[in-house]
Amino acid sequence: MATTKPRILSLSKRGLNFEMFMWLFTRLSALAIYALILFAIIGALVMGARNDMNLADVLRWGFMPSNTHVQSTEVPDLAPWSTPFWRLTASALLLLAVAHGVHGLVVIADDYIVSPRGRLTVRWLSIALMISMSVIGVYVLWTS
Amino acid sequence: MSLNRNVSLATGLRYKGQGPMLTFVLHRIGGLGMAIFVMIHILASFIGGEVGAFLNTIYEHWLFQIFIFFCVLFHAINGLRITIVDLFPKLLVHQREAIWVEWAVFIPLFAIAVFVIISTAGG
Repeated sequence: MATTKPRILSLSKRGLNFEMFMWLFTRLSALAIYALILFAIIGALVMGARNDMNLADVLRWGFMPSNTHVQSTEVPDLAPWSTPFWRLTASALLLLAVAHGVHGLVVIADDYIVSPRGRLTVRWLSIALMISMSVIGVYVLWTS
Repeated sequence: MSLNRNVSLATGLRYKGQGPMLTFVLHRIGGLGMAIFVMIHILASFIGGEVGAFLNTIYEHWLFQIFIFFCVLFHAINGLRITIVDLFPKLLVHQREAIWVEWAVFIPLFAIAVFVIISTAGG
């Protein structure tokens, strides 16, 4: 096994341009997404999910705490699941996930599309995708 | 400034990156799978009606559920390793051990999930 010592530059010495910022954002948003999913699952258990939902439904709610994800369960009253509080949580999760995901798509595209024109096109497409998905997603969350 | 790659796709596929390369590829497949799934899901719930209902039947299928749960679970566990190692760069020397731990966490969790998905689909 190779045991070459990796060359490490501390985070503060690396400078901060847009790409570095997005690199950091990808990691930090991942942490925030874990926290929000855990938060939603704990919230579901507090609201009585143990008796009225199976594990798959709890997870479905955890990955996106929208009331449409608990409609088909045994929960007696949907009202506590569709409060502005949970809609805000779901919106935060959605916006983080869309930004994280669209940036991930750009990173993948950059590995295969190398011409400057192509990369510029990818960036404009990604901005359009990010805005449209965020707007449609938030609309769906608040009207469902 | 344009970037040129001097390695062909065939050479790239033969690259022996072993464990770390495998996690890199699976992380990428998982991320792509989730991105496409989430987009279709958002659009389907926005459109609704017959098209939305048809799209629902696709991702309620047990095969699709196994696939998407693989994407989610692997991306989440591998992403946690990447985040920890990248934010604490001193841990980079333990990269390979971290990948073994990752599989030790992933395989049992995924096996239980697949068992539950199949037994639910079987009635």
